[in-house]
Amino acid sequence: MKLPRPALIAAAVAPVAVFVVLAIALALGLRNDPAALPSVLIGKPAPAFALGPVREGDVGFSRADIEGRVVLINVFGSWCSACRLEHPMLMELAASGVPIHGIDWKDAPADGAAWLKKYGDPYVRVGNDEIGRLGLDLGVSGAPETFVIDKTGRIRHKQVGPITPEIWRDEIAPLMARLEVGG
Amino acid sequence: MTAEIGRFCLILAFIIALVQVFAGLVGARRGDARLMAVATSAAGGQLLFVGLAFALLIRLFAVSDFSVMVVAANSATIKPLFYKITAAWGNHEGSMLLWVLILAVFGAAVGYLGRTMPAAFRARVLAVQGLIGVGFLAFIIFTSSPFARLFPVPLEGAGFNPLLQDPGLAAHPPLLYLGYVGFSTAFSFAIAALIEGRSDTVWVRYARPWIIIAWICLTIGVTLGSLWAYYELGWGGWWFWDPVENASLMPWLLGTALVHSALVVERRFALVRWTILLGILTFSMSLLGTFVVRSGILTSVHAFAVDPARGSFILALLVLATGGGLTLYAIRSPVLGAGRVFSLVSREGSLVLNNILLVTITGTVFLGTFYPLLIDLLTEDKISVGAPYYAMTFVPLAAPLLLVMVIGPLLNWRRDSGQGLMRRLGPALFVAFAALLLVGAATHGKALLAAAWLAMAAWLVAGSLLILVRRARVGEVSPADSLRLLRALPAATHGLVLAHLGVGLLVAGLAGASIFKQEGVAQLGPGQSAPFAGREIRLVDVTPGREANYEFVRGRVEARRGGGEPILLTPERRFYPERQSDTTEASVRVTPLGNLYVALGDQATDGRWTVRFFSHPLAVWIWLGGAVMALGGMVSLFDRRTWAAPERQSTPDIQTAASPAE
Repeated sequence: MKLPRPALIAAAVAPVAVFVVLAIALALGLRNDPAALPSVLIGKPAPAFALGPVREGDVGFSRADIEGRVVLINVFGSWCSACRLEHPMLMELAASGVPIHGIDWKDAPADGAAWLKKYGDPYVRVGNDEIGRLGLDLGVSGAPETFVIDKTGRIRHKQVGPITPEIWRDEIAPLMARLEVGG
Repeated sequence: MTAEIGRFCLILAFIIALVQVFAGLVGARRGDARLMAVATSAAGGQLLFVGLAFALLIRLFAVSDFSVMVVAANSATIKPLFYKITAAWGNHEGSMLLWVLILAVFGAAVGYLGRTMPAAFRARVLAVQGLIGVGFLAFIIFTSSPFARLFPVPLEGAGFNPLLQDPGLAAHPPLLYLGYVGFSTAFSFAIAALIEGRSDTVWVRYARPWIIIAWICLTIGVTLGSLWAYYELGWGGWWFWDPVENASLMPWLLGTALVHSALVVERRFALVRWTILLGILTFSMSLLGTFVVRSGILTSVHAFAVDPARGSFILALLVLATGGGLTLYAIRSPVLGAGRVFSLVSREGSLVLNNILLVTITGTVFLGTFYPLLIDLLTEDKISVGAPYYAMTFVPLAAPLLLVMVIGPLLNWRRDSGQGLMRRLGPALFVAFAALLLVGAATHGKALLAAAWLAMAAWLVAGSLLILVRRARVGEVSPADSLRLLRALPAATHGLVLAHLGVGLLVAGLAGASIFKQEGVAQLGPGQSAPFAGREIRLVDVTPGREANYEFVRGRVEARRGGGEPILLTPERRFYPERQSDTTEASVRVTPLGNLYVALGDQATDGRWTVRFFSHPLAVWIWLGGAVMALGGMVSLFDRRTWAAPERQSTPDIQTAASPAE
């Protein structure tokens, strides 16, 4: 197993050389936003829908309500404890004038209404999706989930899990501002 | 307070790990016995504080302290206590803490149990082990603290991924990590050997027991993972070539190569440089596995904690560890001795072939795993590589490996003759050929592929037992003497036989269950039945029910073969309200000859249920094979030679080989 000197050195250096290439590929791969991968709906128009009301004596929530403005659509449910975590953030955003619509997902309307009465109601419009049909069309995998919709009704972003102050500050707020300006 | 104490423990452990690195390296360089002793104590201290932090995290989960973010996000009060505790490592932060805990366990074990090692060498090993600890503790403290608080405090937690609420999954990650992280010892020993420019067998002799322990744990971990996928995911499969599964298979394959090449270094002083490289690469695969799971770089059913910031951090650790290790290898390895020469037809020769094949197989798995990423980078297409790729690459490479597995142990070290080999192999060849004919005839020549693979399994089983027959000189001496010889065999030989036997069983299971597999699906209302695989399967009824943390529907399914007694199977579907998700609990009738697997699907609007059936002949041997392999590893730990005696008079010609002549 005696190798000539150059071969020896080549054999010694080869592993690290291969690894450098691999590390670069992995680093580039990290730039792919993994959260963006599963959502094929990004950039597509939001599906047509017309949901029944949650709040007593309300009109519900339909596709026409979101046209012409940059809005958030938040998927929640009274059964969902992570939504409870997210709720104060939504209240704060609503108070500062961010238009948020709600989809009360896989939930009885009465339960949703009681929940909003108890913890506060941040939504402009809110509709009930008890059987989860719209949730299916939107590719909702769990609550809470929040969609950013642009003025033309296209889905531009999907936030899986609660909106935290960091996510709002770093991702959603800049995106909404951009969409507002860019039209 | 508990969370703050936990955080404090982690910071202390981080500082202690820094001390361990410094004391180890400087102490070894100066030959300062006191400083080197500090490195050992530091390894103990690191274990103490990481262990304490982990215990505190478990306590936080046990008492459902939702003011802690990780607990709120992964637990709920209504869960059984057992799953509250397992939830502690069923999430990103907790599992990283477990990772570091196991690292600390191995570090302390090397420090305290490796007393017979040369002091300076041990100090350097501990320093490298400490350095890995520094990196991962920093990762936890800065990007993934399990002790971060949450405000406002929620009344109830978000629950725990129902798929993970399973006893198998309680044991799977810890064992997998024991394997992954156990290979850190191979890395630390190899790096320490490079630092010292040691070209003797010392590092391998002391590293071997730890490598074997890691290998055993990884074997059990991978086997359990496959078992879990089989009965919990409800897809009727045992291996899906998912990136995360591959991430556990790659270190296993390289670790297996390492176990064998280390043997060559130790017994014959050959493959010296190669084994060091393998030590570095095996642990790198573990790091890569950790990276793949944490970074979300590849989409997978398993991926959790998808966060690019964490991904970057682990990538940085991977670059430092592997890049640093390989650079050191590039600089130092040409100086190392080349080792002894051997003929191609020899035990060494067969082990080289084993290594080449195992590394090539690892390469194909690696390529299959990362090819989608590469394509995505180059063309932005999203593709996935599935089973057909592996059937075309993995399987043809596995076949020669399995052939060599039987031949190798029957060869002499250094030099052997082809003729002598053929004579020795006779019985194994005979059994394999008989199996081929038997299965071929039983299937009327229609399943030649299956016959070939089952013959391969017979070859492995017979070949493994043949080792015992030959060592005990059965037929040459009296049976009583044979028995005595058998008893006197070193434990390592029994370990070898068991491990190879396990592979034979595994191959039988894989061949039977994949080639003879039958599957069927039927829409059944209560009382209706469908024929399947020579049986009649009747859905008796489906009843709903409720447990503490989930609701379920349970089907009762009777399978009857001919006029025999019916077997009752009870597949379930569970619904976990806290997470709004379903799980499938397949019901499996397990016999040595085959499994009948029934899973309950959805209910159609007409009230009938989708019921899926699978017949998996011999499937149970897949997991039993894995268990027997692990058992083989354990048995070999009982060999005195595995736990290196302090100094063995060995290899006098090393020193000359070591000097960089010419």
